[in-house]
Amino acid sequence: MFLLSFLLIPIIAAIVLLFIKQDSKSQLIAVGAALLSLFAAFYILTNATGAFDAAWLPVLNSRFVLQADGLSKILILLTAIAFPAIFIATGKNIVNNKNVFLSLMLFTQAGLMGVFLAGDALLFYFFWELALIPVYFLCSIWGGEKRIAVTFKFFIYTFLGSLFMLIGIILVYSKTADHNFLIESFKHANLTTAQQAIAFALFFIAFAIKMPIFPLHTWQPDAYEQSPTAVTMVLSAVMVKMGLYGVIRWLLPLFPIAASSHAIMVIDLSVIGLLYASFIAIKQDDIKRLIAYSSIAHIGLMSATLFTNRIIGTQGVLIQLFSHGINVLGLWIIADIIEQQTGTRSMKNLGGLAKKQPTLAILLVAFAFANIALPLTNAFVGEFLMFNSLFQYNPWIAAAAGVSVVLAAIYTLNMVQKVAYGTMSEAVDKMVAPNKNAQGVLIVLIVIVFVTGVYPQPLFELTKDTLQQLFVK
Amino acid sequence: MNAIIVSALLGVILMFCSWGIKSPRLQKNITLVGFLVLIVANLAQLNGWYVIDFDTKGMLSFSRFGLYANTLLFIVTFLYIWINAEEVDQIGNQSGDFYALFFFILCGASILTSFDNLLMLFIGIEILSIPLYILTGADKKNLLSNEASLKYFLMGSFSTGILLLGIAFIYGATGSFRLQAPQIVPSQGFAMEQYLLSAGLILIFAAMNFKVSAAPFHFWTPDVYDGAPTVFTSFMATIVKSAAFVAFITVFHGQAKSLGNSWELLLSFVIVATMLVGNITAVFQRSVKRMLAYSSIAQAGFMLFALYGVSDFANEGILLYMVVYSLATIGIFGVLIKMKEYSFEAFHGLGKSHPLLAFLTTVFLMSLAGIPLTGGFFAKYYMLNALMVAGAGLWLVIVAILFAAISVYYYFRLIQAMYFVPGTPAIKEVDKTYTYKLLVIAILLLVLGVFPNLLFNYLYF
Repeated sequence: MFLLSFLLIPIIAAIVLLFIKQDSKSQLIAVGAALLSLFAAFYILTNATGAFDAAWLPVLNSRFVLQADGLSKILILLTAIAFPAIFIATGKNIVNNKNVFLSLMLFTQAGLMGVFLAGDALLFYFFWELALIPVYFLCSIWGGEKRIAVTFKFFIYTFLGSLFMLIGIILVYSKTADHNFLIESFKHANLTTAQQAIAFALFFIAFAIKMPIFPLHTWQPDAYEQSPTAVTMVLSAVMVKMGLYGVIRWLLPLFPIAASSHAIMVIDLSVIGLLYASFIAIKQDDIKRLIAYSSIAHIGLMSATLFTNRIIGTQGVLIQLFSHGINVLGLWIIADIIEQQTGTRSMKNLGGLAKKQPTLAILLVAFAFANIALPLTNAFVGEFLMFNSLFQYNPWIAAAAGVSVVLAAIYTLNMVQKVAYGTMSEAVDKMVAPNKNAQGVLIVLIVIVFVTGVYPQPLFELTKDTLQQLFVK
Repeated sequence: MNAIIVSALLGVILMFCSWGIKSPRLQKNITLVGFLVLIVANLAQLNGWYVIDFDTKGMLSFSRFGLYANTLLFIVTFLYIWINAEEVDQIGNQSGDFYALFFFILCGASILTSFDNLLMLFIGIEILSIPLYILTGADKKNLLSNEASLKYFLMGSFSTGILLLGIAFIYGATGSFRLQAPQIVPSQGFAMEQYLLSAGLILIFAAMNFKVSAAPFHFWTPDVYDGAPTVFTSFMATIVKSAAFVAFITVFHGQAKSLGNSWELLLSFVIVATMLVGNITAVFQRSVKRMLAYSSIAQAGFMLFALYGVSDFANEGILLYMVVYSLATIGIFGVLIKMKEYSFEAFHGLGKSHPLLAFLTTVFLMSLAGIPLTGGFFAKYYMLNALMVAGAGLWLVIVAILFAAISVYYYFRLIQAMYFVPGTPAIKEVDKTYTYKLLVIAILLLVLGVFPNLLFNYLYF
């Protein structure tokens, strides 16, 4: 029953917001609702909560089932941290119709929470789409210059992907013993090897577009660049995790045979994407695009590791899901501060941040280290485990993926160098006093980065049950 | 039985009303009350109570499915008139005539949901079609409307001729007009009869495809929908099409097996062609009204899935689809009627000047596109499921969803025009009550989007 609060809090707040015209009040409500979700997330970390189960569509045998295991909890925690952080950090940005903006953001949050909690395939599909619709409007109304075309591409891409998944769901549903959508029945569906391969492909397309995996990634950099920064943060910190979550929760357990026989293809694609994105990131001049490509690279590594189907690798991915979210959130917030204050995102026009705003520069360096997974930062633990697993699977693939670490260091440090150091540029010189709220958020995030980097044990504990389910039969 | 008799009677009554009563408001109210009577009469039969009960000698048979389909059609028509009555009044001189025609059309629809004999199918189609020709040409001083009416009449009567020819062939083969005709076994020296039967069925198939505007028999649709007065387009594209679909399914769920394997091939061809023509052409339209005409062709492609095989999903699915599609289309035409012109540009800035109306339009469009949380999603879901249950090839399902993705493109173009492009919309005065009426439709769609089973409960109990 308690799990329902993750849906109700944002939805109620979102509806209330539609009737609040005052900007400051609506900001207060949004932050309040987001913090309330955060408390709820902390509550389920420490207390056992039963699944919520109610009849939904008796005709179809679909049930409204919400359940949370370690995987759900870690992503709920990430979502619950991301939204208040985003609201507080970008609260000062000028946005028309702020109440509608915040309301749509909260609807997105509800959709995301639903995706991470759903224990019924049809319900999962439902939330999967619901998370997308508000984002479409957010990007199209408040985005950059080319927003309409770019967002449309993003929308059609993901919508098409999810339609494929719908077919997959119908296919598996028709083969379940007692015709229902519960994940347990789906796991025991009576599929032949050929049918499993088809269903695998149908689900995989949806998740691959969302993550995104190499040939299907083209929507992403444009969408990240054109979206308003608050939405970009949601997209890259939380929303891409939907694809990985889908792989761990649905794809691998449902179709183990197909997954292992197609693993090599997926791993190859992921590694190609990883290297490709890293090389492109080196050439970027726009900070937003750089972070976008860096994010594609990280996700590529995670998806490659997942398909090696080894327990250490999966363990690495489970905590990297969280760590990557926190790191990329930090980078986006810094990028947003820089863009808001200097009016540019081009690294050519930046430089000398360390002299003008030392605190911000230190934070930037810290997040950059986390982005290249230096020891002591949170990403190190996850990446270490992931490379370990890739190496066990195939040393050559691990070597190829390992190149990306070097490339990540190149583009990230290059960015730090151009932005923080070098000669003071005009744009940076104009910067006024830093935004206290945003810096506060950044400091909280950096504390998380180092605490989970030095002492990741709580995260391991949290995800233990998921690993057991996946690997101990 | 009740529905056929009561709707015919009401039609006659309304005809005389238009002669005696001059106030359009009163006429509208009489019509609405008439619809309530019709719904009650039909529900009464659903519960086993007849106005007149006599043996139809196998001409008609009343199944729960057919009667329930009737109820849904009547309720949707009631909503349609409740919303659009004022617009109907503005066309022509005598709106009472139109109301009478609506009742006659529904009389035809009630026959189409209950026929058990191909002759009754023919009569039902004719009763349904002839008033439509008049409605299409109702805007007498408008050349386009006249053109549309003439086109529709010529092509419509031609297709009815083909239908009749098909029926004659089947009679020649089986010696019966009954739907459950005696089986013909080709191996026992009935080869010729088998050919005749197949030819007859294919001719009926063609004629029915014409009525539901499926490709390659769709050519009349864009011109007629575009030329007809917008209120009547909305009626034609929804209620009439739905009734034709129920008849289509009734004929072919029983008879399709006589065609053997070629049936699936034939149907797949029509489905793919319909979706191709509808979706691809809709993408390139500059007028919203024409876009909706092509989108209605595309939607017919989805509805054709129900023909693929007999299953609960097909029966429930077609009911859900016709209700959801009709509501969404009535809603979107309800907005379109209020526009001064029908181009996409006319919608620019609507999101700012009329936020509620733009939001409602978004709900209607999303439902047509099949986005979750709107009824359209479950309608499409049921259709895809029906197709899978019937054992259709996966390729057909994948083609269907590719086209569904294309449909998002043109539906969302309108959303983009409303919200993301600044401008002043070319819209007439819209009063609050009218918007609230559309809100009711949108709420119905959203409720069906979460609890589609509300619609089916009554089908079984």
